[in-house]
Amino acid sequence: MSFPLLTATAALPAVGAIATAAVPAKQRTAAKWLALLFSLGTLVFAAVIAARFDPGGNQFQLTESHAWITDFGVRYELGVDGIGVALIALTALLMPFVILAGWHDADPQETGSSRWRPTQGFFALILAVEAMVIVSFEATDVFVFYIFFEAMLIPMYFLIGGFGDRAGPHGEKEAATQRSYAAVKFLLYNLVGGLIMLAAVIGLYVVAGNFSLQEIVAARANGSLHMATSTERLLFLGFFFAFAVKAPLWPLHTWLPNAMGEATAPVAVLITAVVDKVGTFAMLRFCLQLFPNASKWATPAILVLALISIVYGALLAVGQRDIKRLVAYASISHFGFIIMGIFAMTSQGQSGATLYMVNHGISTAALMLVAGFLISRRGSRLIADYGGVQKVAPVLAGTFLIGGLATLSLPGLAPFVSEFLVLVGTFTRYPVIGIIATIGIVLAALYTLVLYQRTMTGPVKPSTEGIADLRVRELAVVVPLIGVLIFLGVYPKPLTDMVNPAVQHTLSDVHKKDPKPEVEAAHK
Amino acid sequence: MNPVNYLYLAALLFTIGAIGVLIRRNAIIVFMCIELMLNACNLTFVAFSRMHGNLDGQIIAFFTMVVAAAEVVVGLAIIVSLFRTRHSASVDDASLMKL
Amino acid sequence: MNTENLIALLVAAPLLGAAVLLCGGRALDRVGHLLGTLLAAVSFVIAVVLFSDLVGKSPHDRTLTQHLFSWVPVEGFQADVSFQLDQLSMTFVLLITGVGTLIHMYSIGYMEHDERRRRFFGYLNLFLAAMLLLVLADNYLLLYVGWEGVGLASYLLIGFWQHKPSAATAAKKAFLVNRVGDMGLSIAIMIMFSTFGTFAFKPVFDSVGDTSQGKLTAIGLTLLLAACGKSAQVPLQSWLGDAMEGPTPVSALIHAATMVTAGVYLIVRSGVIFNGAPDAQLATAVVGAVTLMFGAIVGCAKDDIKKALAGSTMSQIGYMVLAAGLGPVGYVFAIMHLVTHGFFKAGLFLGAGSVMHGMNDEVDMRRYGALRKYMPITFATFTLAYLAIIGFPGLSGFFSKDKIIEAAFAKGGTEGWILGITAVVGAAVTAFYMTRIMLMTFFGEKRWVPDEQGNEPHPHEAPSSMTIPMLVLAVGSVFAGGIFSLGDRFLKWLEPVTGHTEGHSPISTGAITGATVACMLIGMGVAWVMYGRRDVPALAPRGSLLTRAARRDLLQDDFNHVVLVRGGEHLTRSLVYVDHTLVDGVVNGTAASVGGLSGRLRKLQNGYVRSYAVSMFGGAAVIIAATLLMRAV
Repeated sequence: MSFPLLTATAALPAVGAIATAAVPAKQRTAAKWLALLFSLGTLVFAAVIAARFDPGGNQFQLTESHAWITDFGVRYELGVDGIGVALIALTALLMPFVILAGWHDADPQETGSSRWRPTQGFFALILAVEAMVIVSFEATDVFVFYIFFEAMLIPMYFLIGGFGDRAGPHGEKEAATQRSYAAVKFLLYNLVGGLIMLAAVIGLYVVAGNFSLQEIVAARANGSLHMATSTERLLFLGFFFAFAVKAPLWPLHTWLPNAMGEATAPVAVLITAVVDKVGTFAMLRFCLQLFPNASKWATPAILVLALISIVYGALLAVGQRDIKRLVAYASISHFGFIIMGIFAMTSQGQSGATLYMVNHGISTAALMLVAGFLISRRGSRLIADYGGVQKVAPVLAGTFLIGGLATLSLPGLAPFVSEFLVLVGTFTRYPVIGIIATIGIVLAALYTLVLYQRTMTGPVKPSTEGIADLRVRELAVVVPLIGVLIFLGVYPKPLTDMVNPAVQHTLSDVHKKDPKPEVEAAHK
Repeated sequence: MNPVNYLYLAALLFTIGAIGVLIRRNAIIVFMCIELMLNACNLTFVAFSRMHGNLDGQIIAFFTMVVAAAEVVVGLAIIVSLFRTRHSASVDDASLMKL
Repeated sequence: MNTENLIALLVAAPLLGAAVLLCGGRALDRVGHLLGTLLAAVSFVIAVVLFSDLVGKSPHDRTLTQHLFSWVPVEGFQADVSFQLDQLSMTFVLLITGVGTLIHMYSIGYMEHDERRRRFFGYLNLFLAAMLLLVLADNYLLLYVGWEGVGLASYLLIGFWQHKPSAATAAKKAFLVNRVGDMGLSIAIMIMFSTFGTFAFKPVFDSVGDTSQGKLTAIGLTLLLAACGKSAQVPLQSWLGDAMEGPTPVSALIHAATMVTAGVYLIVRSGVIFNGAPDAQLATAVVGAVTLMFGAIVGCAKDDIKKALAGSTMSQIGYMVLAAGLGPVGYVFAIMHLVTHGFFKAGLFLGAGSVMHGMNDEVDMRRYGALRKYMPITFATFTLAYLAIIGFPGLSGFFSKDKIIEAAFAKGGTEGWILGITAVVGAAVTAFYMTRIMLMTFFGEKRWVPDEQGNEPHPHEAPSSMTIPMLVLAVGSVFAGGIFSLGDRFLKWLEPVTGHTEGHSPISTGAITGATVACMLIGMGVAWVMYGRRDVPALAPRGSLLTRAARRDLLQDDFNHVVLVRGGEHLTRSLVYVDHTLVDGVVNGTAASVGGLSGRLRKLQNGYVRSYAVSMFGGAAVIIAATLLMRAV
């Protein structure tokens, strides 16, 4: 039997979580380094997956399959397609930076926290999330996916509720109340989504008799499994609801600004750049492939919701006074683009949506982590408390601007490619929706530049005078992320080559073909 | 004699017991009324046993008696300790078991 | 060596400069400006080499292409990084690198005392790279990259003095208004993709004939929207005046000579599409005509020398857009005016910068006066550029503007008359406001005032690094038009790309020229009467209603403020409220009602044994009753 690469990639951070948690209470630095090492090891494994994956080969590769709960037909089945590889790579890539950025976030010497072993706990929880996210991207068994999809909530709950920025203007007690409110809200929203999905998972078992994605898809294709229209629609809605909460899609989004606002910047990145991607990924993987007809049935409604998310999220971002909440609403707008791309059901839309997942992860990480560095210097999340930072900390301001420009999808940086693909892909099938969505482009420029102007430009405020520029550790976080953003903006071919065949598989599963251009162009 | 008459008697006894539980405050009397209801049930079991000609009902009656005896032991102990602390045997004086 | 391979170097040289200057630390502070200028010059030299290569080929074989790599390969969607250099691109490349190099040189002196000079040159190089990418791209998506890239450079340079809130606001405004235009460009690309399956120039232009006029009109109008944003045309013109917050070399390079003309490039480049969409063409011509009057009127009322020149830029680009809207009759003249305008407007701005340099950065023309004696070179070059812009016979502007006016009349019908007369009247207004600037700045009495720190201005001639570029541009302002027109050289050069048809105007060429010159003289005369014969008051008089409106950019900004800014603020604020109370409230409400219900139910748990007993009996009775009922049924 060959080496179980996929299991190993997920197991490594899990082992790392246990090892980090076991480090003696006083050896905080050792715990940090251990966590960083494990995340780097995972990155190496992810790189091996990407290298071994053959874009021209089968849909699912590196598969592993073992009997697990035979009575219910649950199998431990893993396998990756190009989309999965891209997202595993994103997760593994971001984790070392998240850990490095959160180096002091849970250090009792820095934060004065009186929790029990905070440093060990913080990094162990982060690694645990990484392990679960990676399994979610790998699972081709619905039951296995469901377990990890839900289990992720536990470490995330503790990360949001247990660790926050230094006490805000209203003191530590108020901050703790806000944090626990955010954590409970996060948990409740996602639990409700998860419960409805559980019902749908059981329903799927009743209809199909097993949980294997590949078997069900094959059985539907050769006609041996027939689903009644109403059954399919109900099951689809059950799955979609959970993913829409996670993604988050308007109007199920309100947990995100709270969670991202209260959590520390690295945890906020973890939420929006990695964990939420499981939601959009699962729409592509499970909703479309398991329930192709229902997906097509629901497309108009979902596109409208996505469109509302785009415009609404951007407008709310404009109205925010809190840096982190602003980024959260911007993310809601971006998730609208991703979901729109998925349900436009064109090659460009879905390739764009997949690229968007990766690019949004990196660009938000860059912006949010720099914002976190800024916030940690001044101890305030309010935009109004800053001004003129550009003068005292030019490198910080410069990196913040690049992160912001990536968020507004400036050509030359990675998010532009994906955003444009999504727009074009949507336009070819739904012109009106495509045109309205371009308003998002203008609004993105508005909220990003307003944020930059209010915090970074103008005369130096007394409160920002002492702000120091980025340190070496912080530069080590930001510079590589910016490098990746530029590289993928100029040369996204490695990523598109990986993603394109997977998208074609998905599209053929839903029996959709790209609309033909009106005039077949002369060249080719 | 028609065995159905035993059922009428049992119903009557049960009703008396039930009404007693509902309207009386004295814990001892409430307790006795519960015993009355239990015995009414015993009576129906025995009567049905006779009517159907098998012994199941009589066996269950024995079980009930054993359980009733155990219940009396525990219940009286509770009432006595309640009386010691409250100097009253009224059930309405003991209402602490609530949220 | 193959000259095709040089095309990428054109972009690469300034891009390298930008990367090195922006990432390199303080160590580069001492040589940064030299490095930036050198790389701009390298780009210019390459451009000249390529130009000589093109000239050596036959006119219909003058297109060089270079394919670098496949950019976004997705099923059915092919976007490449590849370049196309034809006569039209070449013209722009020479203008951009030539004027760009001169302005780099000028900035060495102008920015000498700025501690962030290295970064300034980095941004300038970034601008050059983006602008060259814009004109060299062989498809619309790559053009879009350059299009937004120049927007970014413009944003960074307008807001270069970020510590001034007004500069930061102006930069943001410029970027946002441009983004509205960019929306147009992206929609245009989307329509192209869904119609043609591609957005590369050649295949799109080749298959224009196979599609409906409606589609072409849609593409044309969205492209026009894009051009309006970038070229500051009505209704997206409001950012250009504010953009004068940037350092003056920036205003000269970006907001006069090159970037703002990108819209004209876009329309001329897409000429084939516009030719198939007469409605879009008419809209273009109307936008141009409206803007040329709008900008001219605004230019008449401003006391800030740079803002007055910005109004003039708007107006001159209006001429170009008008010409581009006339179709093949006007394309060549639009580009010709663009090039001559590049010379004289850059010269005017550099002159203005030189004046500000000598006057403690004062921009109010009411505080200038009598400067001709103190700044002879500036005065001389400014005067030549001034004569060129008002279309003084024999100078550059005369040739290019005259052709546009002729072409406008040649459109024929009522439209032709309206457009033509607008253009002629515009020439009169141009002469008026330019003469006003000349008189207020260089003639009359001294009206100097000390600056905020109490320093008396000591006007002096600028250092040679600043005057040389001004002299070169002055030469261009004088001779470029004549050289271009001699034997229709420019026409023959561009015709293979843009196509050209000779216009036939209802009135004779001589009459039009005469009328234009007469209008120009009237404009000059009126300005002399108002500003030359009388003393200029140091405080601006209240002025007529029109003057007051023009000072406020014809109330366009006020409209924007009330409708967009205020309205937007109310919208976002109410949405924040809605999100908090309604969307979040529904969920929180559900949670609260569950909590409330359980609070009620808790009351049943009163601790009284007898009430529990009642509920037990009640429950038992209900169950028995139900069982009996079911039996009975």
